[in-house]
Amino acid sequence: MSKTAKTVLALLALVIVLAVAPLFLRPDAEFGGSDDAGSRMVEEIRGGEYEPWFTPVLEQILGGELPGEVESLLFCVQTGIGVGVISFGFGYLVARKKYSSPERAVR
Amino acid sequence: MNQLEKRILMSSVVLSGVLFVPQNVWGMHIMEGYLPPMYCAAWGALCIPFWTAGVIRIRRLASEKRKSMLLLAMAGAFVFVISSLKIPSVSGSCSHMTGTGLSAILFGPACSAILGTIVLVFQALMLTHGGVTTLGANTFSMAIAGPLVAWGIYRLCNKLHVSRRISVFLAAMLGDLFTYCVTAFQLALAYPSEQGGVAASAVRFLGVFAPTQLPLAVIEGVLTVLIVMGLESYARPELREIGFEKEAA
Repeated sequence: MSKTAKTVLALLALVIVLAVAPLFLRPDAEFGGSDDAGSRMVEEIRGGEYEPWFTPVLEQILGGELPGEVESLLFCVQTGIGVGVISFGFGYLVARKKYSSPERAVR
Repeated sequence: MNQLEKRILMSSVVLSGVLFVPQNVWGMHIMEGYLPPMYCAAWGALCIPFWTAGVIRIRRLASEKRKSMLLLAMAGAFVFVISSLKIPSVSGSCSHMTGTGLSAILFGPACSAILGTIVLVFQALMLTHGGVTTLGANTFSMAIAGPLVAWGIYRLCNKLHVSRRISVFLAAMLGDLFTYCVTAFQLALAYPSEQGGVAASAVRFLGVFAPTQLPLAVIEGVLTVLIVMGLESYARPELREIGFEKEAA
């Protein structure tokens, strides 16, 4: 295995450990969003319930909150769009390098 | 930059100043409706010159360096992926990363302003995450301030001859952290605490964001390094075209 490949694997392992470790380190934690924690802090500092002065457009149309499952669907769509484009890009670049003969190589 | 582009950029700076000043500001994504209207307008006004510069820069890239469009698309897609992943953190809550460091390193902070805004608009409209009213403030923190820091640190590391991978890592990580510092500051400005004012309030908001964000910033740094390594192996011509290859050589 090349040195680069080893580095890549080690870095990927590090990412996975960093992302998963908190679940084991803090089994009792709730893992809510830190955006929500920010909103709670607003209420704490102001000392009282804060009524947002504007509700999200989509919630206005739906007349209520977006269902949790649908929200995760939309997050997946966002991830999917991104992963799709990146994979297409790398697919193109890798194939270009592989199939371009040395003398016809892209500059 | 040609004459017309200069004029457009200058007028956007003026427009920004005009819209920003009369607001009389004394004093992670910020949720919809959580920032008073005055602040929403002021932060939005501050974004205008960056958006203008971004549009100009991307138009030029598109007309002069067509090959780099693929990289630009990939850098934008990286923001899409990275900012959609909510990752648990040691503080017991979840947060997500920004992903705007990569585009800032490759194309400069102006392009990140556009790419980041696209993602924020998507999230504000579709996901009720962030918001339309807080778009200006969120754009400023995630798509302008963070990338500016990332770009600055990358440049600085280059000057100091730090190795490419370490500079990319530091740039992306600190850019991510800085985004959340700016968010804390924005909230603190709007909600100064009774004792201690803005500063005390900023410390409390930072207390919410910083411990959560630190490990995530490390993850963002590592992922950005991985993408850059991939591009180094397969996208040499493009990197050379946008002047990325020469710099560190």
